[in-house]
Amino acid sequence: MARSITYREAINEALAQEMERDETVIVMGEDNAGGEGAPGDQDAWGGVLGVTKGLYHKFPGRVLDTPISESAFIGAAIGAATAGMRPVAELMFVDFMGVCFDQIYNQAAKFRYMFGGKAVTPVVIRTMYGAGLRAAAQHSQCLYPLFTHIPGLKVVLPATPYDAKGMMTQAIRDDDPVMFFEHKALYDLSGPVPEEGYTLPFGEANVVREGGDVTIVTLGRMVHTSLEAAGQLAADGVQCEVIDLRTTSPLDEDTVLESVEGTGRVVVVDEAHPRCSIATDISALVAQKAFGSLQAPIEMVTAPHTPVPFSNTLEDLYIPDAQRIANAVKTVTGWSR
Amino acid sequence: MTGERIVAVTMPKWGLSMQLGKITGWIVAEGDEVSVGDELADIETDKIAGTLEAADAGTVRRLVARVGEDVPVSGTIALIAPADVSDADLDAAAAQARAVIDAGVPDEAAAGPEVQTAEVGGRRIRYAGAGQDGDVVLLVHGYGGDRNSWLFLHEPLAARHRVYALDLPGHGTSSKDVGDGSVDLLADAVLGVLDAVGVERAHLVGHSLGGAVAVAAAARHPERVHSLILIAPAGFGPEINAGYLRGFADAQTRRELKPVVGQLFADESLVTRQVVDDLLAYKRLDGVDVALRTLLGTLLAEGGDAQRIDSAAALAALGGAVPVTVVWGRADRIIPAGQAGSVAGAASYVIDGAGHMAHMERPAEVQAAIEETIAGR
Repeated sequence: MARSITYREAINEALAQEMERDETVIVMGEDNAGGEGAPGDQDAWGGVLGVTKGLYHKFPGRVLDTPISESAFIGAAIGAATAGMRPVAELMFVDFMGVCFDQIYNQAAKFRYMFGGKAVTPVVIRTMYGAGLRAAAQHSQCLYPLFTHIPGLKVVLPATPYDAKGMMTQAIRDDDPVMFFEHKALYDLSGPVPEEGYTLPFGEANVVREGGDVTIVTLGRMVHTSLEAAGQLAADGVQCEVIDLRTTSPLDEDTVLESVEGTGRVVVVDEAHPRCSIATDISALVAQKAFGSLQAPIEMVTAPHTPVPFSNTLEDLYIPDAQRIANAVKTVTGWSR
Repeated sequence: MTGERIVAVTMPKWGLSMQLGKITGWIVAEGDEVSVGDELADIETDKIAGTLEAADAGTVRRLVARVGEDVPVSGTIALIAPADVSDADLDAAAAQARAVIDAGVPDEAAAGPEVQTAEVGGRRIRYAGAGQDGDVVLLVHGYGGDRNSWLFLHEPLAARHRVYALDLPGHGTSSKDVGDGSVDLLADAVLGVLDAVGVERAHLVGHSLGGAVAVAAAARHPERVHSLILIAPAGFGPEINAGYLRGFADAQTRRELKPVVGQLFADESLVTRQVVDDLLAYKRLDGVDVALRTLLGTLLAEGGDAQRIDSAAALAALGGAVPVTVVWGRADRIIPAGQAGSVAGAASYVIDGAGHMAHMERPAEVQAAIEETIAGR
């Protein structure tokens, strides 16, 4: 596995290989091409940050450039999925979900259940999330907790290029609707990725660092911030076990609980707002099912309960950083009754 | 010259991509007497943790590398010398070694070895080579393994030989299609790599299924094989741990895979999270599931738990045309070490404290067996 590619390239490669393998796989979204009637190279964009670049010409007729009408093309993708296609729709920023939310939570998520298992909806909805790109309050939110709340949706957040390719391949081959969250700040991250296709099963957390003192449960971009904190803490003699949940629906409870049973201390790190979030969900899980193992109260490190600020200074303060995580770890290791 | 009587203990190269190692703990102290094979230090890389054994005997006079610091491969970590070598000479040598560690990895080393590709029977076969001079040695891994399973042997052997390791069809980064899964089809890949590197004749080192593959290659082209070194080879008796084989093919998660892989080793603590994660990543590649199940049909007799491959017959047909060495871990839980006695006419080495993966658990002893075989041809 010597070859190294970026997170962006890993997603692109998964799309290309699955389109090659299965002709029912199609791609839809805004800015995939230059737009109807645009002059010159129709493939100038490949999506707003270039993830699908090159696919438009490689798979003629199978990469659809859509109008700026999310309720129309997300609905079309879901409909196509029920009719035998495997569409991958790009919804640019997750912040725009509001305009097409009915299509997702009240239609796609319900079909298998309401039709007694006779209908499948193999649609993938790709979307960007997260702060850090100076994109302000309407283009920087994390919103995956909203989708995790809804039965019938699978919600996945790869943190590395390897996971991005394997989870995109799994998402396309999966018969259920999958919400695929890509953090904007991870696109240029490089890492080893096999050349051939492979799948990562959903509901399998990844222990990205082993340690016996404190369990850090995290996901998405925060995996890297948590690893940075764990590295600093190791120099002080505190060994953190860092768990990347990878998917919030389904959730790998066992890996979290087994780790907490070993360490007795847990810090949950989540870039989303603190209320009704993955941080509160994991905290509740641990409090309910591993209470007897806990040697300190559970700590949460999250963004504040405010919109993402446009001010650079405030945005930097808004996003959880390694120092805040290290402080939380020291709180749980230093706690006494 | 006292300088020549100072022996440097160096950071080993475990795997072709290794550039740095970290000593996690010294097992010896300055002043200790060591014999060949004694454990010196625990070493960790970004891939694996292992124990460095002494290649020379003598008194440990200086520990140069500190616990926890990164040391470039082949950097001197300790000095062994007789008692009459002066402290001044040792301090000078230690200062020189210190400078190498402080300099870090040289830029030209950062490029790493080149993995090459041969086209054999329409399949992509990947292999990597190391070493410039001497006889050619080709390393052939077993069921579910890849060329990286030779990480403790590849570089050490390359000091005196041209050493290649390949990924068999269905494994590593080679094509995952194994066709009918026959031993002959796998042997084609071995011969194909020899063709690709332009080598007429080589020593074939094969482990487990790879041992049977090496025998099959020799049976077809004895003129291309200097010697066969078989490590716990398949095909020399009916007994095999069918539960292990099926368990490996079936395992979907790390919880299922870890206890299965543990059976490969005498010391199960060697099965780190990284080892299991790397195997899971391999098993999840498209086509691997079919490859492993097809090869299961090659290894096991239909509907039973006995071995199907008959390497003994293939070897007998060779009539002693190729010298054979057999190496087995006494604690092998996959294929019993007793089958070493069934390898007719072979020089036999049974290694204590090693399981099925003798080349990972006791690499120095396996290397010694290989070197003796090559020297004796």
